[in-house]
Amino acid sequence: MSFNYEQSFTIQGGNFTDAGVVSVFIKRTLQKMGIPSEILRRVAIATYESEINIISYARIGIIYIRVTPENIIINIDDEGPGIENIELAMRAGYSTADEKIREMGFGAGMGIPNIINCSDDFKLTSEVSKGTHLRILININTN
Amino acid sequence: MELSHIAKDLNLKIKCGEELLGRDVSGGYVGDLLSDVMANSKEGNLWITRQTHQNIVAVASLKDLAGIVLVQGKEPDVDALEKASKEGIPILVTELSSFDVAGKLYTLLS
Repeated sequence: MSFNYEQSFTIQGGNFTDAGVVSVFIKRTLQKMGIPSEILRRVAIATYESEINIISYARIGIIYIRVTPENIIINIDDEGPGIENIELAMRAGYSTADEKIREMGFGAGMGIPNIINCSDDFKLTSEVSKGTHLRILININTN
Repeated sequence: MELSHIAKDLNLKIKCGEELLGRDVSGGYVGDLLSDVMANSKEGNLWITRQTHQNIVAVASLKDLAGIVLVQGKEPDVDALEKASKEGIPILVTELSSFDVAGKLYTLLS
């Protein structure tokens, strides 16, 4: 099997109406390509949590996905407040979400840990009051 | 077990996705935190929740859940219903609590 695909998506901060639209689109696209379901599950979680993070915290963000025969690379770049303490942000249960976000069932401090659990390689960098960058690598095991 | 059978047995009211009730339900998952459901629900699960807003549809869709049951007399938001119909996610409602729905579903599936 040979997978080749890349696409970028712009996500508006605060737009909870369309939350998940990009993740659902990516999942369906990869499903049609014949990506194995366990890989699909991991990509869906990683892209969904990234989408929610942009919507919850940033002004605007871009999700870029590239699928090769060997792996899936997801880059997320946002313009926003950034993360002051990355170590804390990566800890399960820690969240800076406001009441409105929590009422909807987000902001439980599970987003980044979920992404890490679904990644074969994960990198998070951030500059306060500039933005956040995430790089997620998921290997495709086709044998 | 078919979703239609569960709906009948638990007396769940169908809000949308009536044509999809032939779906097989593999088990259930109870959760109001969307990230928890994203991380831990399994394909074919019936999701029991008190969240009624439109974001539940994307979660159910991404995790290939069999459907969503809203508990304690909660009604889905209008835009949630619209999205669920479009995405093919059955939404059912009940006056029962999450505990009661989960208990009855567990008994039914055992």
